[in-house]
Amino acid sequence: MSDLLARAERILEAANGDEQIEVYVSTGVDTEVQAYQGQIEQLSTATSSGVGIRVLRDGAAGAQVGTAWAGSLDDAAVAEALREARDNVRFATEDEFMAFARPDGVASVTLELTDDAVTTTPLDDKVAMAIELERLVRAGDPRIRQVDSANYSDYVAEAAIVSSTGVRASYARSGAYVSVEAIASDGASDETGWGLSAGRAPGDLDVAKAAQDAILRATRMLGSVKPASMRCTAVFDPRTAATLFAIIGGACSGEAVVRGRSFFAGRIGEMVAAPLFTLFDDPTDARHFSASAFDGEGLACRRNVMIEDGQLRAFVYDTVSARRAGTASTGSAVRGGIAGSPSAGCRALQVVPGDLDQAEIIRRVGHGIFVESLMGVHSGVNPISGDFSVGVTGLMIRDGQLAEPVREITVASTLQRMLLDVVHVGNDVEWLPSSASGLTVAIEGIALSGS
Amino acid sequence: MKSILVERDVLERALGTAMERGAEFAEVFVEDRTMTSATLDQRRVEELSSGRDRGAGIRVVVGDTTGFAHTADLSQHGLLAAARAAASVARGGGGGVREIALGDLDDHPTRSTTLPGDVDKARKIELLMHADDVARSEGSSITQVQIGLGDSTRRFVVANSEGVFAADHQVRTRFNVSCVASGDTGMQTGYRPIAGTRGFEILTMEAVEEAARGAARQAITKLDARPAPSGELPVVLAGGSGGILFHEACGHGLEADAILKQASVYAGQVGQQVASPLVTLVDDGTVLGEWGYLALDDEGRPGARNVLIENGVLTDYMWDYLRARKEGRVSSGNGRRQSYQHLPMVRMTNTYLLAGESDADEIVAQTPRGVYVAQLGGGQVNTATGDFVFGMTAAFMIEDGRITAPLRDCNLIGNGPEILQRVDAVATDFSMTPGTCGKDGQSVPVGTGQATMRLTGVTIGGAS
Repeated sequence: MSDLLARAERILEAANGDEQIEVYVSTGVDTEVQAYQGQIEQLSTATSSGVGIRVLRDGAAGAQVGTAWAGSLDDAAVAEALREARDNVRFATEDEFMAFARPDGVASVTLELTDDAVTTTPLDDKVAMAIELERLVRAGDPRIRQVDSANYSDYVAEAAIVSSTGVRASYARSGAYVSVEAIASDGASDETGWGLSAGRAPGDLDVAKAAQDAILRATRMLGSVKPASMRCTAVFDPRTAATLFAIIGGACSGEAVVRGRSFFAGRIGEMVAAPLFTLFDDPTDARHFSASAFDGEGLACRRNVMIEDGQLRAFVYDTVSARRAGTASTGSAVRGGIAGSPSAGCRALQVVPGDLDQAEIIRRVGHGIFVESLMGVHSGVNPISGDFSVGVTGLMIRDGQLAEPVREITVASTLQRMLLDVVHVGNDVEWLPSSASGLTVAIEGIALSGS
Repeated sequence: MKSILVERDVLERALGTAMERGAEFAEVFVEDRTMTSATLDQRRVEELSSGRDRGAGIRVVVGDTTGFAHTADLSQHGLLAAARAAASVARGGGGGVREIALGDLDDHPTRSTTLPGDVDKARKIELLMHADDVARSEGSSITQVQIGLGDSTRRFVVANSEGVFAADHQVRTRFNVSCVASGDTGMQTGYRPIAGTRGFEILTMEAVEEAARGAARQAITKLDARPAPSGELPVVLAGGSGGILFHEACGHGLEADAILKQASVYAGQVGQQVASPLVTLVDDGTVLGEWGYLALDDEGRPGARNVLIENGVLTDYMWDYLRARKEGRVSSGNGRRQSYQHLPMVRMTNTYLLAGESDADEIVAQTPRGVYVAQLGGGQVNTATGDFVFGMTAAFMIEDGRITAPLRDCNLIGNGPEILQRVDAVATDFSMTPGTCGKDGQSVPVGTGQATMRLTGVTIGGAS
């Protein structure tokens, strides 16, 4: 048993007979290096820990729950959190659907998600990677005018969840990243480009590829123009497509559905997407950076298919949203750290890849826009109404080839329409440090706003 | 609770240890924060949550390098360990323990009158239920109401090797109403926030009722919304939430960290005409009670009123300690951090455009065709190119000088330096709006403000 699980168990011992308690504890070790002009600009090292406690009491019309958290695992902080959580219980409305998760017999997979190299790699080596990344970007193309920041970061995170309803789960994960933002100039104007490489440990990182990516994305935007407004096909690259998939995954949350905040509510069984589109969530796939053996309530994660060949098949649920919907948890509870309560969500989305590579998709689309970055996603996408309008930069597609760069434009549609208008799905799966992996996807009928 | 959190002699020892390997500057930031939040959803009080986070962040500067470490252990042992970790960037070594002597504490008690801890939890629940009643009474098409109430009490003490030794006590309260209206055309949303650097006293019955009614009416109005147009049109921004445009379009580009790295379109532009003469832009941490108000910034500097653009001419940037030090000047009181776990950086406080002399109704009447934006949502900017977007969450067509059909949500897109030149009218009806600003993974509360104003052309990202 891990030390953290034992710590959580000891906190749980405080439960009285008339209450249920759920304890979530986490610890993390983080390192972050920023290089600038060949030197360390910032170096941060930190260890952190915390606890989130939920207390539940049964009443005549259902259960009440109160929560509290503390950014420390010392005894006084934990005791204060427990006291506060107990005090908070009585103010909650009694709710017949409120309950803590109970073990459901689904076996958890064994995932190896930590790599000790994160902790054993000397700090000097990590610093050297950030400095090398900056050097490669500056030296890689004469049009690179500046490197705003070249970063290396890594973490090891552990968490444990125990409850008086029988949940016992603990898990750990490590990650390492390099990222860089390059600024290219042609004398007249500046353009920026991001490069990134992610893995479980420093040895997984491809610093040269991150550098080349940033250089390419910045330099090929030079000379960008604002095109005239038009309706056309948009080809989203794997990174921007992953953002779209995560938004669609959000509408598949059983919690959004039971609260009436998803445009998918009441549409199970309908064709909501083009037949070539299949979307699923699979945290048990270790290739996904956000893979996990257990969900945010300590149940085993599992594979859930939401959209299959265009048909809406199922939503993902945590315990409470499942009870509200009259079904069972799909092991899809997510929680935002110690201060967050569980809710239903996707954590490792994938779209089943098609047969075509990106170049072939661009060739078949013929005319349209290739979207390379999105802006204003949080302000421009309404997951309830489905309205979609985001700022983009990218390149025009002419005669089946990438043509002039464009900026200061928006692409707009509705999410409902966009799913039905998917015309190509690429074979170029890219694993990203986000809740969705990406691949190239082409969507027709997009309104492009320019001049 | 002592306002000092950690004894002076322990802070002095931690600073001495942080300096012992030859650093030029060291700082200890100790923070104790408590928060409570309550959510009402569909007339159910879903949960009350309380949290507390305490710890210290220690930073060491040597040359152009900053070392940083944080700890939740506020004992002398914990602070000295963090000081050594932060000091490890000073590789030159040598010098031994430095003696740091702090003077008297510069203490800033809160000016809030009703502190969160003094408000009965049952009273908070009553307020949530009342707002729900008010929102639903606006019409049967209101099918969902979600209301959040949160408060935070943040005490910090900051001490550094240059003798700063100051404490602040910041109390913030927020109340958000979100409504969903359902009709034949689908679902639409409405939203109204109340937020201030104040205690519970800002949540008057009147303010809460107005927020509930406003959110409900906004959602109901949008049921008749038609798709927004696509392309460039004149835009009239109603007073208040339009301030986000200046926050995004130029505020971020005037932060000295972007300037010193030549990563802003405004680098090297001081003294230049960067905006229409109607634009006077101010960042002001001293607006008492506003969401971005601060007596002290998170480096112990007093909040200040800084004029950034005056009559269209760029006058100055915003500065924190580190960037000001590089330029041999003093901080403008814009060094902020999300918590003790974060390094401070240059951040805005309350950023607003001064009111003008036009009449708000006249501005609309003199716009033959355009878009009237009653509320803006969030936005985003690329400081290096100046390109920005922001979302319209309540907008209408202007036709023949009159406000007509409501429009569905969409983004506006533009370029900061260009848009600043396109301000051709500013009215007198100034007001402010609270918001949350994210930068490099850190969120801080900010205020934005402006009076009704017109831009001669902005690209509307609609679908029609």
